[in-house]
Amino acid sequence: MIRIEPRPPLSRTRRALIPVAAAVVALILTAIPLALAGAALAPSYAQMWRGVFGSVFTISEMLTRATPLIFTGLAVTIAFRAKLWNIGAEGQLYLGAMAAVWVGTGMIDAPAPVMIPLVLIVGAIAGAIGMLGPALLKLRFGADEVVTSLLLNFIILIFVQMMLEGPLKDPFGLGWPQSEPVIDAATLPTLIPRMRLHAGLLIALVLAVVAEVMLTRSVWGFRLRAVGENIAAARHAGIGVNRSLIGVALVSGALAGLAGVSEVAGLKGYLTADLSPGFGYTGIVVAMLAGLSPMGVVLAALFIASVFVGADSMSRATGVSSFLADLTVAISLISVLVGSFFARFRIRWRR
Amino acid sequence: MTPVLTLTGLTKRFGAVIANDAVDLTLHQGEVLALLGENGAGKTTLMNMLFGHYVPDAGTVQVADASATLRTLPPGQPQTALKRGIGMVHQHFTLAENLSALDNILLGAEPLFALSRKRRAARDKIAGIMERTGLIAPLDEPVGSLSVGERQRVEILKALYRDARILVLDEPTAVLTPQEADGLFASIRTMTADGLSVIFISHKMREVLAFSDRIAVLRLGRKVGEMATADADQSSIARLMVGAETEATTRPTATPGAPILTLDRVSVTSASARGRLHDASLTVHAHEIVGIAGVSGNGQGPLARLITGLLTPDSGTVTLNGQPVRQFTPAAMQSAGVGAIPEDRHHDGVVGAMSVAENLIIEDLHTPGIARVGFLRRAEIRDRAASLTRDFDVRGPGPDAEARLLSGGNIQKLILARVLTREPALILANQPTRGLDFGAAAEVGRRLIEARGRGAGVLLISEDLDEILGLADRILVIHDGHLAEATSRDRAAIGLIMAGQSAGQAA
Repeated sequence: MIRIEPRPPLSRTRRALIPVAAAVVALILTAIPLALAGAALAPSYAQMWRGVFGSVFTISEMLTRATPLIFTGLAVTIAFRAKLWNIGAEGQLYLGAMAAVWVGTGMIDAPAPVMIPLVLIVGAIAGAIGMLGPALLKLRFGADEVVTSLLLNFIILIFVQMMLEGPLKDPFGLGWPQSEPVIDAATLPTLIPRMRLHAGLLIALVLAVVAEVMLTRSVWGFRLRAVGENIAAARHAGIGVNRSLIGVALVSGALAGLAGVSEVAGLKGYLTADLSPGFGYTGIVVAMLAGLSPMGVVLAALFIASVFVGADSMSRATGVSSFLADLTVAISLISVLVGSFFARFRIRWRR
Repeated sequence: MTPVLTLTGLTKRFGAVIANDAVDLTLHQGEVLALLGENGAGKTTLMNMLFGHYVPDAGTVQVADASATLRTLPPGQPQTALKRGIGMVHQHFTLAENLSALDNILLGAEPLFALSRKRRAARDKIAGIMERTGLIAPLDEPVGSLSVGERQRVEILKALYRDARILVLDEPTAVLTPQEADGLFASIRTMTADGLSVIFISHKMREVLAFSDRIAVLRLGRKVGEMATADADQSSIARLMVGAETEATTRPTATPGAPILTLDRVSVTSASARGRLHDASLTVHAHEIVGIAGVSGNGQGPLARLITGLLTPDSGTVTLNGQPVRQFTPAAMQSAGVGAIPEDRHHDGVVGAMSVAENLIIEDLHTPGIARVGFLRRAEIRDRAASLTRDFDVRGPGPDAEARLLSGGNIQKLILARVLTREPALILANQPTRGLDFGAAAEVGRRLIEARGRGAGVLLISEDLDEILGLADRILVIHDGHLAEATSRDRAAIGLIMAGQSAGQAA
């Protein structure tokens, strides 16, 4: 007979090892679909490794890919720590990008020290508003924010498409549904000459540190954690639960909005409806893999970005579809969920 | 007497902690065995091993079969324990509120794949049990609409329907009026006359002495004493439980001062009957402990929520320190001088996943000693945790450990430390000793009396009449949302008001 028994709490170090183990397990399990696709395993893994760490260029590409994931991972982390289930980072990302394009394509012309903070702030506000709606609906009517924030993603995406066919459409875009390019003054500078890596990464890293400090050291973070861990006790203790949750929603949405600004003003230069290949959703995986710790988000984002970039490279070399990356990411999420289950329970086999 | 259950050398360790150390226990047919012990003494662990929730590290459980031969119960199988006739009634009921009493009784006792439910036969069987035992409960009402006493009867019926021959009752009288408790014990008597054997866990000396045949005392996981109830007396049991002579809480007299809290014809009209208050008026003075006696669910909830700041009254006025309360939020009530000890200390009192130190400051985030420019002052918080855990004797793995790792008594000490250190003018103590052991409960009482001495007014809401009689300077009884001043301190008279007679009738 199989029995599931609770086990004593694990030490902090052991708990921190769960995501690492999950990542390793996910990479190992990737061998199965690889083999099924008929690829030789060792060369495929080697190619994946080279594709990420083979040169300065590949590393910079991986970091470029990790940048939006750090933003969305942080957005999800902050929200989930307060048990506010923001599944809408994808939509908030597009709102941020749209706002950045709105002010950053010539509406205002000012030097870079003004323009760059301006697009960042406007994008953050737009993202924040994107999560404010679901949060208010939750607090006022008890509407499940999982549903509202998720469905809002599709509404926002269709809205973006509408805007790209209408007011935001680039008149010189040869008919493509894309926005005008962001002006130079509003463009985030690149970090390494002739490479795509841009200052968005630095902003993301700074925000990760700020988020970590705010969560662990600030009164704001204390309230957030109390609301997330036990909303009834927080309310009894005189913590303004609603105010706290609204604050969390705004910060979470703002972080996701910044992901959009960073992509559009740092990488792409203009807005299209395929700006994000699901960074908002992948941010959930990043946050879970990070154990909802802001500094962990950085590591998790690097791992997930490596998987994507490495799988792309391997796919080009071996002909195995790069969908493999999605599979690895999915397996790593499942592994971390299974891992945290076994952190709390053990299975006993007995007759 | 034939033994129906023997526990031999039962041992259970959780990491380094020994919850039960080689406990031997025998239960005879038709016997009522009271299991006594402080919190953390291992009573619940022992019963959980008996019922198969835990697998013992050593030792065996033997249960008599139909032919009265003892057979070893395989460890860790609640289903088998049920089948062998062990029934357990938990302190917190495990009933589905939206289902009828009948459905609750049948739940889990029916085969999963059966074409007909044979409800008539089941109903007849339950009717028979009700008639034999006197445990009457309406079978067709949804359990959510039943009183607490009725729910408990449904729980017991549920066990008896499964042909339990051994019944384990965990703190069965915690939620009953004295009269209901007496009724329950009368039913238990008729059941034991029928051959049922009962183990009941209780902290209340009075009922242990009055209603059990034998008493077993656990301390620190070991069985430290076992005696026939006829040979036992209160002080000897208390000595066994805590390992030393305990003093009954002494209550020095005090002269009440100025009114601190006044409720004037306060009404709360809510959808559910248990959430209502009707024209409730009361005054708590400085240097005074006012006890609110009553059976749970008669309006204690809204009264406590009102004073905690979680509920705004529909009519009437609440005055605190001479100022009418306008804003009913926990933060506003706290700054007006209320310190609240919540009824459900695990659910409302602490954030289990946060540290002991963090839980000690959770109500003081706005004070300069705790936070500066929005950031926590970690050194001050650590110092405060160190001194408060020392002063209030909060025992556990340390201030940085998660609060959920503390035992119930230590969680209550943590809450007391947090509330009392602020020196609130009014202390709301809602069921402050429920589920606490002797020592911890006495400590709570001592702290409340100490706060009274310093000039605080205390509103003590409790279902334990003995506690109210022991602590309160003045007693009000709450029934069906109405408050009435008790005219005498007589148990029976107060019990009658608790059951719904007007104070005049009872006197």
